[in-house]
Amino acid sequence: MNQWLNQHMQPLRMVLGRMRQNLLGTVLMCCVMGVTLSLPAILFTIVDNLGQLAGGIESKPQLSLFLKLDASSSTNQAISEQLKKHAGIAKYEFVTKETAWEQMQQNANTADIGASLDKNPLPDAYFVTPKDIKPENVKRLQQEMQQWEGVELAQVDANWIKRLDTVLKLGKKAIFVLVALLGFALVAIIGNTIRLQIMTQLEEIEVSKLIGATNQFIRRPFLYAGTLYGLGGGLAAWLIVLAVVQLFNTSVTEIADLYASQFRLSMPNVTITLAMLLSAISLGWLGSFVAVNRSLAKIEKL
Amino acid sequence: MIKFDRVSKRYPGSFDAIKNTSFEIEQGDLVFVTGASGAGKSTLLKLIAGLERPTSGTVLINNQNVSQLKAAAIPYLRRNFGLIFQDHKLLYDRNCFDNVALPLHINGILGEEAAKRIRAALDKVGLLSKEKSMPITLSGGEQQRLAIARAVVSRPAILIADEPTGNLDEGYAADILGVLYAFQQVGVTVIIASHELPHNIPDNMQNVVKVLHLQHGELTA
Repeated sequence: MNQWLNQHMQPLRMVLGRMRQNLLGTVLMCCVMGVTLSLPAILFTIVDNLGQLAGGIESKPQLSLFLKLDASSSTNQAISEQLKKHAGIAKYEFVTKETAWEQMQQNANTADIGASLDKNPLPDAYFVTPKDIKPENVKRLQQEMQQWEGVELAQVDANWIKRLDTVLKLGKKAIFVLVALLGFALVAIIGNTIRLQIMTQLEEIEVSKLIGATNQFIRRPFLYAGTLYGLGGGLAAWLIVLAVVQLFNTSVTEIADLYASQFRLSMPNVTITLAMLLSAISLGWLGSFVAVNRSLAKIEKL
Repeated sequence: MIKFDRVSKRYPGSFDAIKNTSFEIEQGDLVFVTGASGAGKSTLLKLIAGLERPTSGTVLINNQNVSQLKAAAIPYLRRNFGLIFQDHKLLYDRNCFDNVALPLHINGILGEEAAKRIRAALDKVGLLSKEKSMPITLSGGEQQRLAIARAVVSRPAILIADEPTGNLDEGYAADILGVLYAFQQVGVTVIIASHELPHNIPDNMQNVVKVLHLQHGELTA
């Protein structure tokens, strides 16, 4: 046990000593890792916060009921009656084709289209708010109303929330890709740093091998170095994320106040912090492991 | 202890450095491997120390067949030997004490226990007062003695020296050989490669001396 502890403490002390000797290089290395890791972490914080913001808004799906163009006023009347009696409907609003036509011509975006038409193509419509907003119940209501006499099309307007959701999913996918690419870059950076350190200590490694050092013995200090770089980089990334969120929040507060909202970007939680640190440490370990194994293979061939 | 049976070693794209060599070394022997430059002395030492594997034939070290050892077992085989290289292979980025500490660290010996053994080894070669000096400040003979201290600090059963006196004048050379003989006296098997048999072998050791004379990779009587 004591010997096992010694075998780990001795290289660790040696690596810490070397890092202290080359403090500037070590700090720079940690900063490089910190900046690289903080990019996806900041993006994640933003997407995560947007998701919470979207979840906070109550989604009120609406059903649009477009009547057939040739629907008679008696059919219209019947539908109005049915809506009034229906148990699943909170409220509804009737918009005649004339009102819709007027609105279309007044709206700057659609005025051109309106002007180019010589006849009103719009149908009468009902806008219905259901009591139950569960997607499957809304869907059932929509299917039921589609069957009604005189209804051309019953349509659910809850799509924007789905769209936001899709955009957020895309954002998460982008983070994933970013993490994969930057992770690869980090492994390469750390691997290269460790490779340079190995080159400066090539003599020691060769002599050690000649007098009976195992590969583990030779690997150990470099693995510790890589792991420590990872730890330092992870901590740096965490600090950067905290600083950036703090910086953003001064602006977010202003905007949120204008919308009378209490919304603030939340700081990275424990899970995210731990994930960031652990991934940094494992990337550091992996980079040095690859580098030291390649060097050992090269030395063995000599 | 060490047994060679029809051992040959061929480096890729080269002639046989060692040809069909058979001999045996017993515990406590004082062995001289002699021959001209390029006769295969260094290759023979590398084969003995498990730094090279034979192309054909068998090398037995402590009844272990080197050719059949797994790569992971080789480091432990090498720990049976104290190696003294022709070019010292000292590490010039650390002081004498830390140079001698390396084999102990490899064996997982640290702290007080290590310090005691390091000082004992430095004392045996007469360098105790220089433990804090950097190797580059030592003379050639002192560097060679430091290399001996490093080789013996982990108390190996076999000491192998490749031309330990090659670059030294006569006085220093006798000095180094004296240190090596002293280890033979306490039961260590000592194997020394050199151009020719030294003249200063003490009379009381003549009976344990074994000479392996190499010519173009072959043993001659």
